[in-house]
Amino acid sequence: MADATPDATPDAAPAAAGDPTQEYRRIITIEGLNKWFGSFHVLRDIDLIVERQEKIVICGPSGSGKSTLIRCINRLEDHQEGRIVIDGTELTHDLKNIDTIRREVGMVFQQFNLFPHLTVLENLCIAPIWVRKTPRDEAEALAHRYLERVKIPEQVDKYPGQLSGGQQQRVAIARSLCMQPNIMLFDEPTSALDPEMIKEVLDVMVDLAESGMTMLVVTHEMGFASQVADRVIFMDQGQIVEQNTPSEFFNNPQSDRTKLFLSQILDK
Amino acid sequence: MTVQPFHRSQADMVPERAAPVTTVGVIGWLRTNLFSSWINAAFTLIALYLLWLIVPALIDWAFVNADIAGDNRFACKSSGACWAWVDQRIDQFLYGFYTAEQTWRVDVAVLLLIPALAPLLFEGVPFARQLRWFSLAYPVVASFLLVGGIGLEGVPTDQFGGFMLNLTVGLAGIVLSLPIGILLALGRRSRLPIIRMLCIGFIEIVRGVPLITLLFVSNIILPIFLPPDVTVDSLIRVIVMVTAFASAYMAEVIRGGLQAIPRGQYEAAQALGLRYWQSMGLIVLPQALKISIPGIVNTFIGLFKDTTLVIIIGLFDILGIGNAMVAHPDWQGLSTEAYVFIALFFFVACFSMSRYSIHLEKRLDTERRY
Repeated sequence: MADATPDATPDAAPAAAGDPTQEYRRIITIEGLNKWFGSFHVLRDIDLIVERQEKIVICGPSGSGKSTLIRCINRLEDHQEGRIVIDGTELTHDLKNIDTIRREVGMVFQQFNLFPHLTVLENLCIAPIWVRKTPRDEAEALAHRYLERVKIPEQVDKYPGQLSGGQQQRVAIARSLCMQPNIMLFDEPTSALDPEMIKEVLDVMVDLAESGMTMLVVTHEMGFASQVADRVIFMDQGQIVEQNTPSEFFNNPQSDRTKLFLSQILDK
Repeated sequence: MTVQPFHRSQADMVPERAAPVTTVGVIGWLRTNLFSSWINAAFTLIALYLLWLIVPALIDWAFVNADIAGDNRFACKSSGACWAWVDQRIDQFLYGFYTAEQTWRVDVAVLLLIPALAPLLFEGVPFARQLRWFSLAYPVVASFLLVGGIGLEGVPTDQFGGFMLNLTVGLAGIVLSLPIGILLALGRRSRLPIIRMLCIGFIEIVRGVPLITLLFVSNIILPIFLPPDVTVDSLIRVIVMVTAFASAYMAEVIRGGLQAIPRGQYEAAQALGLRYWQSMGLIVLPQALKISIPGIVNTFIGLFKDTTLVIIIGLFDILGIGNAMVAHPDWQGLSTEAYVFIALFFFVACFSMSRYSIHLEKRLDTERRY
């Protein structure tokens, strides 16, 4: 998709501002984003435009700010400079805007973060019931549908502690989907999993990507990146160092840092 | 070194076998718990010897050689305990100076505790949904029964006494100190500096002072600052002070539980769009309170035993009544009997709380794998 829409690169962004169809197609606009943890400059001059249904894989060495970047998108971290606009709503200190955006943006964490005191079904229903005010029976129907989709309908009454890591992560994906978000953020979703469970989670993510979800995925699963991503973004030291289509990114990396990084993870 | 190639076919797999008899069943239990080593065996024998010394003597004193009838201590002739006073004084031990014809109201209030507490404490209670409304109304119902008003003869609170006073102060303190403690704990972690400072100030000041001091303050110093025509009922003052004291401890116990909840839980709740109070009430507090159960119950037990300090401000709880009896010429010197009797009440109440907390911990344990 990124090849077809070259405007999606940061350089071309201002030129597209006047075009209403372009405007509609943008779902995330990040301009001049800077963030500091205390005095540590963790995100530097980030510009990023994401179109509807685009799949973006973000990679980079640890501490490069990739998790922080996607955590800014649903305000788990606040930023000090720049603008973040999600589907027409700008992220500010206005709690109403934050609520609106969190309803539209789902997130999957490295550590799953399921609620251990609730059953799988309750984990899935809690946000639709309390945030979207969905009636309980509708919420439960929704939950069953998404559990079916992540291929674990039989675990509905279990507690998270009784599931394997791969099953927990799939429940976590279903939990996010139950809020029917327009955007899904994945923060290293397979990094805490045993090797034999990575595939079952990636399969669910591929399926989700094929359904047309807008996805931002922080991951080192390069197989997933080449299969699914429209764009791969490489970050280092808080900035976007390189972005390209997966095939160009892997076969023809431009910057030395990217080459070094790729040689390290692909040799592994 | 050479590698010896080896592989096992499916047919060759080692089948499951039963554990050796010496490690399971009664013999297994005895071996692991009482005779696992020479030192352990020696301690087991010493403990058995001590029990053999104490238990029969205790039974002799309390039951076999005891006197149970008589008008005063001179009626007790045998070498064991003298329980003759129980029959005469039991009403005072239970109800204090509560108007004798009205003590049925205390009994009713205590009986109504069962339907009020059952749906809160246990699962599978019939009509739980309706009964919870009654639980909510119980404090009003019980106050009405005990104090009187509208159709019931009024009983002044300075007539409250005996174990009924311990129960009143203890239950009121328990019911109030848990929610106040939760709010203080959340307040202490608040990002708003004023709320945080107020909560820290309250917790540290109240916790840094003995309860007796607080009771003195409420009794002697507070009236100096209040206008002369304003008096606060001494029972209310006690409940307020006991609650404040327990809340400060409770807040720290719960803060410990809150700190044990991983940040990911807060973040997952936020990412799903839950607001502050929703994520606290639905996600964080249920887990934090579960972890804090031992500490919470510990605070409850401490609070319940502290109710005996009401004697400081001139109220006679069960211990005060006991002291008064021991000082009476008829029963002088029977302090062992009186205190054993009183201790039993506290032990039963506190041990029940302890057992219930263990039951609750097991019930809420969703972490178990099977």
